[in-house]
Amino acid sequence: MSIQELTAELETPYQVLDEAGRLVASPPEIPDAKLLEMYRWMYFIRAFSNKIVALQRQGKTTTWGSLTGHEATSVGIAAPLQPQDWIAGSYRDAGSYFVKGLPPAMVAYYQRGLPPRYPLEANCLPVQIVIGTQMLHAVGIGMAAKIKGDNIVSVGLCGDGATSEGDFNEALNFAGVFQAPVVLGIINNGWAISLPRHRQSAAKTLAARGVGFGVPSRLVDGNDLLAVYATMQEAVNRARSGGGPTLIEAITYRLGAHTTADDPTRYREQEELASWEAKEPIKRMRRYLLDRHLISESQDGQIAEEEEKQALATVDEAFSMPAPAPDAIFDMTWETPTPRMERQRAELKRSLEEA
Amino acid sequence: MKLTMIEALNQALEQEMSQDERVIIMGEDVGKNGGVFRVTDRLQAQFGEGRVFDTPLAESGIIGTAVGMAIYGLRPVAEIQFAGFLYVSMNQLVSQAARIRYRSAGAYHCPLVVRSPYGGGVRTPEMHADSLEGVFLQTPGLKVVLPSTPYDAKGLLTSAIEDPDPVIFLENIKLYRSFRQEVPEERYNIPLGKAAIVEEGSDLTVICYGAMVAIAQAAIKQVKEKSQARIELIDLRTIWPFDEETIIASVEKTGRAVIVSEAPRAGGVSAELIAVINENCLYSLLKPVVRVTGYDTPFPTPGLEDGYLPTPSRVTQAILETLES
Repeated sequence: MSIQELTAELETPYQVLDEAGRLVASPPEIPDAKLLEMYRWMYFIRAFSNKIVALQRQGKTTTWGSLTGHEATSVGIAAPLQPQDWIAGSYRDAGSYFVKGLPPAMVAYYQRGLPPRYPLEANCLPVQIVIGTQMLHAVGIGMAAKIKGDNIVSVGLCGDGATSEGDFNEALNFAGVFQAPVVLGIINNGWAISLPRHRQSAAKTLAARGVGFGVPSRLVDGNDLLAVYATMQEAVNRARSGGGPTLIEAITYRLGAHTTADDPTRYREQEELASWEAKEPIKRMRRYLLDRHLISESQDGQIAEEEEKQALATVDEAFSMPAPAPDAIFDMTWETPTPRMERQRAELKRSLEEA
Repeated sequence: MKLTMIEALNQALEQEMSQDERVIIMGEDVGKNGGVFRVTDRLQAQFGEGRVFDTPLAESGIIGTAVGMAIYGLRPVAEIQFAGFLYVSMNQLVSQAARIRYRSAGAYHCPLVVRSPYGGGVRTPEMHADSLEGVFLQTPGLKVVLPSTPYDAKGLLTSAIEDPDPVIFLENIKLYRSFRQEVPEERYNIPLGKAAIVEEGSDLTVICYGAMVAIAQAAIKQVKEKSQARIELIDLRTIWPFDEETIIASVEKTGRAVIVSEAPRAGGVSAELIAVINENCLYSLLKPVVRVTGYDTPFPTPGLEDGYLPTPSRVTQAILETLES
């Protein structure tokens, strides 16, 4: 069988809702309350990201990578997970962390330029900066859990650019060889800063990469919350029941800039952006929920308002959290600072007193 | 019992795995083959494929997955087949293993040991012999341990595995089987960060580590034939954090120091030692501190390595010149 034949089913992204929000496949079984909670998270993620962008413009936070456009993927990936499961994601996967249970204030705190101490029960690794690196950590966590006999699923998340990195491919290979209980997710948002997806790889789809590593792979419409959820649920079930890893490529779009330091008008056509704005994930889900009479137009407006308020409160909370003392760096390098570090601590304190 | 360094390391691994089920061994050819130098010999048979396992041939993959395992609560001992290949895994070591404690504000830590053979003098092919200790000295968050004897190798590896933070454990290939030494059967620790005073003296301090300890000892023997001077010999054992206290006390006493290292000269261990000596002992110094090291070139192909590596005669000459008033 040729690789083309092997990957033919990976060429059409799986959809449950089409771009107009109409059902085109049977939806995954999700209780209404959970469905609405997931919908709220999408609003929250968008409001949170917008708030951080605004604060960065005021000089109050460091560089931020917008989450806008990723809401369905982020929520759909994390919602099927259980508390004991882990996520290792990049800076653009904060939305998944929130759904997993990480208090969003921790991410806002990090944006203040401070090292966040995530609660251990969230099982989320600090958002990764070096592209692709975290995929190996996710696989290592899965391998360790398998050795210890713990029934967990470990999730690694990265973008389309990361698939060019060695670590991404090594992670996929280790996951396959060790049949680790992991789900590796490529959040393909079309752009790695200024490099479009087709310049990242000549492959038709990135999901096809899994075929070469012997890892079951899925391609999903990343702006379709129900499709992402269903695809993730299947992969999580496989991992949890001892069936090994899955690679998922979710096709979405980065509606914002790469970061607050980026100007996408330099490299991206307005028409392309407009076409993806028409397909954006919240609108699609809203249509579905309205059609199912799970919300009314006015309730939808109320949800948006409440989540915006919640996002603002979260950011306020992050800004009310105490910053560590400048010499805390010496306590976070090794468990026990060396005598040399203690002398440097004194030096640092003295220099601050003199300043 | 008299053991080679390989046997002593194997015994340390066996004992640590026996008393702590979180300890696992991973790397290329470490399983059935027991490692290309046999340091992990018979461990897979004893502890099973779940705890001693071969990985695909990917250095970054080995360290990256080991970081995930360490964060999850295991104590991986990962082997990188030759230290020259550690460069492939630098991001995982320097930006990940070494920084997770800081990046998580102490929520997570990385009790990982990376074992790797290094060092010249045995005609390994190109890129197998690099000394990377100086590189890791300047990458905060990593400890660097480098034993010179079978006895030290066992006690230091035990401490490295128990350490809550990541340790790069560099094993000199030439020392692997060059001599046997009495090594106690029972577990014991040699604390990290403590140097050994191998020979006591009052007139000059030689500071070295790894295979250079034997080179320095041979040089000191030669010096004794020509001089009455009493030479103090310090084996660092832990490269980072190194034992400043022992070095300062010795150089304050002797007023003269020679540093011997097979690493390149620029910016590494020897440079940091001189900086510490200058900061602390300048008024005790009778002569400039001299370095006998490799050169600031790539480590040569095997046919040219003899000229690169410090020899007893180079060290002897440096000691005699430094002893001149």
